[in-house]
Amino acid sequence: MVRQLSVFLPNKPGILAIFTEILGKNSINIRALTVADTADYGILRIIVDDPTKCLNVLKEANYLVSETEVIAVEVEDKPGALHQIAKLMGDNGINIEYIYSTLKAGAAVILIRVNKPEKALELLKKESFKVLGDEIYKI
Amino acid sequence: MAKRYEYWNKEMELKNRKELDEIQTKRLRAIVKYCYEKVPFYNKRFKEIGLHPDDIKTKEDIVKIPITKKQDLRDNYPFGMFAVPLTEIVRIHASSGTTGKPTVVGYTKNDIETWTELMARTIMAPNVTKEDIVQNAYGYGLFTGGLGFHYGAERIGATVIPISGGNTERQILIMQDFKSTVLTCTPSYSLFIAEYMKNQDIDIESLSLRVGIFGAEPWSDSLRKKIEDALHIDAIDIYGLSELCGPGVSVECPEKAGLHIWEDHFIPEIINPETSEQLGEDEQGALVFTTLTKEGIPLLRYLTNDISILNYEKCNCGRWHARMKKVIGRADDMLIVRGINVFPSEVEYQLMKIPGVSENYQIIVDRDILDILTIRVEVTPEYFSDKISDMEALKDKIEKHLKANLQIHANVEFAAPGSIERSIGKAKRVIDLRKDKI
Repeated sequence: MVRQLSVFLPNKPGILAIFTEILGKNSINIRALTVADTADYGILRIIVDDPTKCLNVLKEANYLVSETEVIAVEVEDKPGALHQIAKLMGDNGINIEYIYSTLKAGAAVILIRVNKPEKALELLKKESFKVLGDEIYKI
Repeated sequence: MAKRYEYWNKEMELKNRKELDEIQTKRLRAIVKYCYEKVPFYNKRFKEIGLHPDDIKTKEDIVKIPITKKQDLRDNYPFGMFAVPLTEIVRIHASSGTTGKPTVVGYTKNDIETWTELMARTIMAPNVTKEDIVQNAYGYGLFTGGLGFHYGAERIGATVIPISGGNTERQILIMQDFKSTVLTCTPSYSLFIAEYMKNQDIDIESLSLRVGIFGAEPWSDSLRKKIEDALHIDAIDIYGLSELCGPGVSVECPEKAGLHIWEDHFIPEIINPETSEQLGEDEQGALVFTTLTKEGIPLLRYLTNDISILNYEKCNCGRWHARMKKVIGRADDMLIVRGINVFPSEVEYQLMKIPGVSENYQIIVDRDILDILTIRVEVTPEYFSDKISDMEALKDKIEKHLKANLQIHANVEFAAPGSIERSIGKAKRVIDLRKDKI
């Protein structure tokens, strides 16, 4: 499992720029990112190179931020790779709450939050998927 | 352990119902005569309706007297309602009125003495004594809060820190270094201080506070709980308005079961704000007060617009002085949203019951074709989730709770921490955008 930070951002012009400026100034590098949006706010989910530092910086700046563990799986960067994971989860009755991805040299990394993380991890390992840990912060 | 009850003026504070009624009747007859003779406004008004002071024989006769309204004070701005020449007036205060001209009140030497006596009782009722260090963060100036508390706290022999409002960092420093045990300010400022301390990681245990006496704006019981939990104090409600003297009209005792009105100096009534008809005990309506001892600006049946309920039962603290329920709202603050009466303080009371909703919220009313009520709330960090479904479920929960308890449909919007304006003086919780559109 890897550490993901979720940040509350009002759905208004300029809000993201203020946020990214803070990250930039503190030399925090984003490894993966996704936004879930509603009419009045969005939840920005990020994987960064230094989660502890990032968490402190954001709290200091009075952001509403929470930490969640998500599963990171490395797959080949080719058609059908995501399908294997989606099918494995679906066949075993595991619900994917959200999913996003990022790229690393020659491969894709899929980040998923599921309702049964322990079971999902067990299945992925059994099927010989490459589940990432701390190395994700350095990609 | 038996509960402790302190009294400043035990004799007066423990008068029974019959004794209070006798005092009130006697004083009412005298003040009516005084108003008739000394205040041209009352003289004219009595004559217009053929009323003579001799017609007021019992307390029940009070209903014969017309209601005095804030507008009457405005019409007689600045000193027209005074019963004595300015040579007898030793102090002037004015309301914090944000619209139009302020309402001006004048005190004779005796009025200041009476007010000080009432504030001494008021501060002591929640068991504040000469042992206490009172940090008075009410504003000093034309507003009655600062000086009212100042004189009352000095009278009981407490140590007063006249810090006035604002400069939160310094407030906290003084609280820590001087070991203040009592904080007096508006409830919203107490929350502001609590939040400031939380953000700055200042340990509450570094303070010696044990009691807060908060007034000058309506606040709900659920907000009381938030303040008590945040500052580790007993939060006590105090009531007053400058037209009657300032703070010191009523206060809660340690029972926190309504605010005792000092009935030897005021006759309270509840009326229907629309018909002006007097209502009975336990009926909700607008508070009306008659001042029984004021010399500078005596007022007969003064309409406050504060919505409350009166209770004349003897309290566990031993006092018979009538208790008014914590003010539910102001008749003129009441919003009518799609034909339904909504008191902002009731919205607050309901909001604060929902875990995850912080004390920072704002009520916004707008109009498209129908009225639209929007409640902006800052979510507490513990309830912030990375899943939209959790956040939307919380929103839905708030909307359903308001619908079930207040019969109103409100759209809930989440706001970023710190984005809703914080208050130092009176909180601006309600924004009515319809006013510009009518």
